[in-house]
Amino acid sequence: MAAELVRGQNHPLSQMRLEIRVAAGKPVVAAATLGDERGRIHGVEWVAHPGTPTLPGLEVSKQAAADHRLAVDLGAMPEAVHRVSVLLALPLGAGGPTRFGAVAAPFVAVTGLDGTEVASYTITGLDAESAVVALELYRRQGAWKVRAVGQGYAGGLAELLTDQGLPQAAHLAGGINEAVARGLARSVATPPPRTTDGDRTRQTATPGIGPDASGPTTPGASGAVAPQPSTSPYGAQGAVAPPSGYPADPAAAQPAAPATGGPIDYSHPRRGTGAPPSPAPTAPPAPPGQAAQPVAGDATGWSMEERLYNQVWGMFEDLARTMAAYRSAVDFADSRMEKELDQALSDPRSRIGGQGDAAREAAQAKHAQLVDQARAALDRDLAQLAAESEVVEPALPLAFAGWDNPVWHGYRVPMEIPMALRLGDLHLPESPDLRIPMLVRLPLERGLWIDSGGGESLDGSFADSHELRRLALDTAVAHAARLLAVYPVGEFAVHVIDPAGSAAQALVPLVHTGVLAAPPAVGAAGVADVLARLTQRVDLVQMAVRGGAADSLPPGLDTAEQLLIVNDFPHGFDDRAVTQLRYLADEGPAVGVHLMMVADREDAAGYGPLLDPLWRSLMRLTPLPDDHLADPWVGHAWTYEPSLVPPGSQVLQRVLTEVATARTKYR
Amino acid sequence: MTVNMTKGQAISLEKNDGTGLTAVRMGLGWQAAPRRGLFGSRTREIDLDASAVLFADKQPVDVVFFRHLVSDDGSVRHTGDNLVGGVGQGGDDEAILVDLARVPVHIDQIVFTVNSFTGQTFQEVQNAFCRLVDETNGQELARYTLAGGGQYTAQIMAKVHRTGSGWTLTALGTPTNGRTFQDLMPAILPHL
Repeated sequence: MAAELVRGQNHPLSQMRLEIRVAAGKPVVAAATLGDERGRIHGVEWVAHPGTPTLPGLEVSKQAAADHRLAVDLGAMPEAVHRVSVLLALPLGAGGPTRFGAVAAPFVAVTGLDGTEVASYTITGLDAESAVVALELYRRQGAWKVRAVGQGYAGGLAELLTDQGLPQAAHLAGGINEAVARGLARSVATPPPRTTDGDRTRQTATPGIGPDASGPTTPGASGAVAPQPSTSPYGAQGAVAPPSGYPADPAAAQPAAPATGGPIDYSHPRRGTGAPPSPAPTAPPAPPGQAAQPVAGDATGWSMEERLYNQVWGMFEDLARTMAAYRSAVDFADSRMEKELDQALSDPRSRIGGQGDAAREAAQAKHAQLVDQARAALDRDLAQLAAESEVVEPALPLAFAGWDNPVWHGYRVPMEIPMALRLGDLHLPESPDLRIPMLVRLPLERGLWIDSGGGESLDGSFADSHELRRLALDTAVAHAARLLAVYPVGEFAVHVIDPAGSAAQALVPLVHTGVLAAPPAVGAAGVADVLARLTQRVDLVQMAVRGGAADSLPPGLDTAEQLLIVNDFPHGFDDRAVTQLRYLADEGPAVGVHLMMVADREDAAGYGPLLDPLWRSLMRLTPLPDDHLADPWVGHAWTYEPSLVPPGSQVLQRVLTEVATARTKYR
Repeated sequence: MTVNMTKGQAISLEKNDGTGLTAVRMGLGWQAAPRRGLFGSRTREIDLDASAVLFADKQPVDVVFFRHLVSDDGSVRHTGDNLVGGVGQGGDDEAILVDLARVPVHIDQIVFTVNSFTGQTFQEVQNAFCRLVDETNGQELARYTLAGGGQYTAQIMAKVHRTGSGWTLTALGTPTNGRTFQDLMPAILPHL
């Protein structure tokens, strides 16, 4: 523990090799004198000063500086030396302050060689003095101690040295001042000390020191150091991290809430800014109007799949941002025109003649010009993204490809789980033709909710409602089929709860091909049975994981990921089943049990707010285009359209048949 | 060729061949000034934050700072927060990248500010500078060194603004007070 000394106080020194650090705010001269048992200086050779910086066991700086580090080795002191006085003096004739009262109180500290502070002392109460004895290190019964002295001299170094009994005091003081002046002159000729001083590393407490006063300098170690990525939570808060792996769902009232738990990488795979870009020169971008030819897979990644995934996300972000620029410009143009029109109307002169009309026309022309410019910039970007989309779409692998992509015609059951799955397309109203594949990471991080409710936007007629339910089921089947198809054999199982059997027609592709784990469960008993089995599975896996004994699971346990499709909720559900369903929604995703609800929230309104957390935990998808998804960068409302099988296409049937065939072979 | 700028000085960001710059980086560097009582374990870290405010006809439209690292339109990007400074002589502690070609058409000025999040004044900061680098080739175009920060906690460093078809950089160097850019708005407005 460092001692903060007051004037006259002493402190024992346990180390022989020390450093004395001085911080004065203004350049000062640092010197040291050696004294004998009675404190007398034997001669000029017992004074270390800028003209003679080195004595046995003692070294001072050659020039005046705001900060000093004096090296002291008490063990190397001659036997006769019993006292080392550390002096500070204001350099004379340099045009600086001539009294310590005009500068901040100097601070001195005795430290070990590792920088550990032993004792420190702030020299307060100085006024007209221009030299001061800051500290003395003295030998007392074989041990060294430090004492805070703080004795100032208005007569400067000459008076100080005279007081210490040096006969040639005045002469030496003159010599010191001359050496300091020489040093100052030299330091002007060279670049400022800071630029040659490698002392930018942060372990050094007194960077203002002259280059020849202390340890080796390392010019060249500076300047090329890259900024460190921030690692603090505060920094992480600032980092660009889309809140979720896919668009948040504002309709579910948690637009920016990250999903809880799980080893999920929330950062944008391509656009993350965890580490600052290197200052290395980058290739010049293509000149305007000659955008580089887009190439599929033009993104970072370890595999083509990952590169395409990152490229799609890059396109998603690019479209979000260029649209933000366009909308912002148009908003600005609108508000500016409004203001100018208001001004034109309120100006009495505008009532005379055509001045008002002229002002109005001018405002409208300005508006049109800015909007045109913004539209031109948007069109330029849209054209580039459209060109990119044209090469990317055909190159997409199964899991990322639309159902109309020819890649599905050569379908074979894959050997590996893909990194993501396409659930649909996203677009913005200004560019309805530019569709961004909506890719979500696998395994699913959230359950899905295919909303069969009409919401407020539609007219709510019964026919529409009926139609919606059918469309919602078709959408659910298409998603489930896609999940079954992209997982390797035996790694994905689908269960269906259809209490009233109302989904039988829509479920035909799944049922007839035999890809379901079991026939759809009907009735309250069926519901209870399926829920009980999946709940037990979640419990078992959780216990095994928490107990660190994943290999102690029962041998018969199916290790595949499980998807539970629930139709007609809450039909056939009692309170216990509802509780189990909520449990599955909360705990399932972490242990590979996923939920797909095909439901109209209104049907479950009887439960009140009890089920709000359930709906919020699910990702809401719609069977019809709906603008309820927000991107993670700007928060535009994107129109989502599910990936559906083209009408009349047999692709779903063929793919599911292939899945079923592969299963029998596998067994 | 670096131009050492003085307060109020403006330089055009056109290249010698007449073409405009496409991407620039505004780099900010600083060090904590030595302070007494700060040896050993005592901290001497200073958290300066660089921000960029995008203006359309004197209306703030967007801001890029440590909690919003990329402008919505994607043209201005902050490379991330540095909480301590002192990365090295001449090195950038924080940097803001501006893709001039992608700046939305209505944005006519981008003002760069620095503020002390931890509340130390610029008296405790030394060797603070901002510099503008041509991001396409890493060449430093202009450097502006903060002189005598004094008892202020913020500086309005510089702005880039549209002139004709290109952009101009003007060194502002106005000291003011504030913890984040919001506090600086009244001080920024006179410079627009």
